[in-house]
Amino acid sequence: MRILEEILAVLAKDLLLEWRGRARMLAVFLFGIVALTLFSFAAGADSTVLRTTAAGFLVLALLLSSTLALTESFRVENQDRAMEGLLLLPVSPVALFYGKAIGNTLFLALLGPVLAVASVVFYAVDLSPGALAKFVLLWTLAAAGLAAPGTLYAAMTSQVRSQDVLLPLVHYPLVIPVLLASVKAIDLILSGDPMGQLGSWTTLLAAFAAIYWCLCGVLFPYAIEE
Amino acid sequence: MKGIPRVATAAGLAGAVLFIVGSYIGLFVAPAEKHMGDVQRMLYVHVPAAWNSLVCFCAAFVFAVASLWTGRSRWDNYTIGAVETGVMLNSLLLGLGMLWAKPTWGIWWTWGDVRLIFSFVMLLLFAGVLALRSFSDDPTRRATWTAIATIVAWVDVPLVYFCVRWWRSLHQIQSTPETVASSMALPMRINAFAVLFLSVWFIAARAAVERRRRTAIDVAEPPLLAMQEGT
Repeated sequence: MRILEEILAVLAKDLLLEWRGRARMLAVFLFGIVALTLFSFAAGADSTVLRTTAAGFLVLALLLSSTLALTESFRVENQDRAMEGLLLLPVSPVALFYGKAIGNTLFLALLGPVLAVASVVFYAVDLSPGALAKFVLLWTLAAAGLAAPGTLYAAMTSQVRSQDVLLPLVHYPLVIPVLLASVKAIDLILSGDPMGQLGSWTTLLAAFAAIYWCLCGVLFPYAIEE
Repeated sequence: MKGIPRVATAAGLAGAVLFIVGSYIGLFVAPAEKHMGDVQRMLYVHVPAAWNSLVCFCAAFVFAVASLWTGRSRWDNYTIGAVETGVMLNSLLLGLGMLWAKPTWGIWWTWGDVRLIFSFVMLLLFAGVLALRSFSDDPTRRATWTAIATIVAWVDVPLVYFCVRWWRSLHQIQSTPETVASSMALPMRINAFAVLFLSVWFIAARAAVERRRRTAIDVAEPPLLAMQEGT
């Protein structure tokens, strides 16, 4: 159970940092809304087209916001060589990964309700309370699928100067299966699911999230060892 | 070239000979396909390139695990060899696939075919491995990053293979000798082994180049360090 305590300690530290730097959190949220606004210009004024494209644009806004969030999560660790201090602590690197990945997942999951409200306003999306609950669940799964490989790659790329270029270059292609499954599943929630396909897309999304969480947890200690 | 095992050189020579024989049979002996005509002959290179790109990425995965596990530079040399060869074959299969698709499907590319999407994603993922590698100057870190990114990227490989069974789209499910005429299966098989043997040579040659580069850096660094210390 020691690993659980360590994960919770790392998570508590990250949440405290996020809370103290609330401006950073607000900036990421605002960026997600700006991205949704810009996408709506591409779709045009037709509310039917907007509703059809809403799921794709929501997930793209999540992806773009995740890059900012992930970059920031390791930028604070590199300031004043805080990462070296963390590595010197008697904390398992695996706990460090899961603590940070859970923190990043929670952060991205919080973006869901904000963007859901924005999509109701901008994209004329009809979200009933039942659909909202499913949406939040799927959004959290998508956030988890993005956060695990994102945390691993952010840890690696934070050690070089071109992180802003390199992180999207390696992270985006990797999460395409997560994006495909989450776009399809969210679209089924927003537009209706007459063929009962939501379960299979959710399973696919959960499977990818699980694979990335296991694999990246195993590889993370190698990524940060000096 | 020095530093390439003799077995790999022999495989490369055998691959070159087999490729000439397979291509000759594919171009001049095998009959033209009834509906597609001569354009189908492109598949005698496209399909072997597809099979062997998956083989190369699987080999890269094994080398990457060995590299992380042992920390020996030898496995890193082979990892980068397998990744680069796989990327080359993946590019070839996509290029030939597009050339074949235009007269057959009427389009160069479609986002409605899952195998096209995942094959392209596979190319981007392993090209990303090469990009990531190029951003680090420290040899140990470069080897670790290459191994980690290769292992993570490999997750897409089973998807490329099984996607045609999970989602039915334009690509048909895997062919078997029973579903292909023997006159057409022969050049396909010969070229499959030809590309496999050539890939073995490419991987060994690239590993030899990487080994030499590493040796050159090791030889060059001590005098540079001495100069810096002396100034």
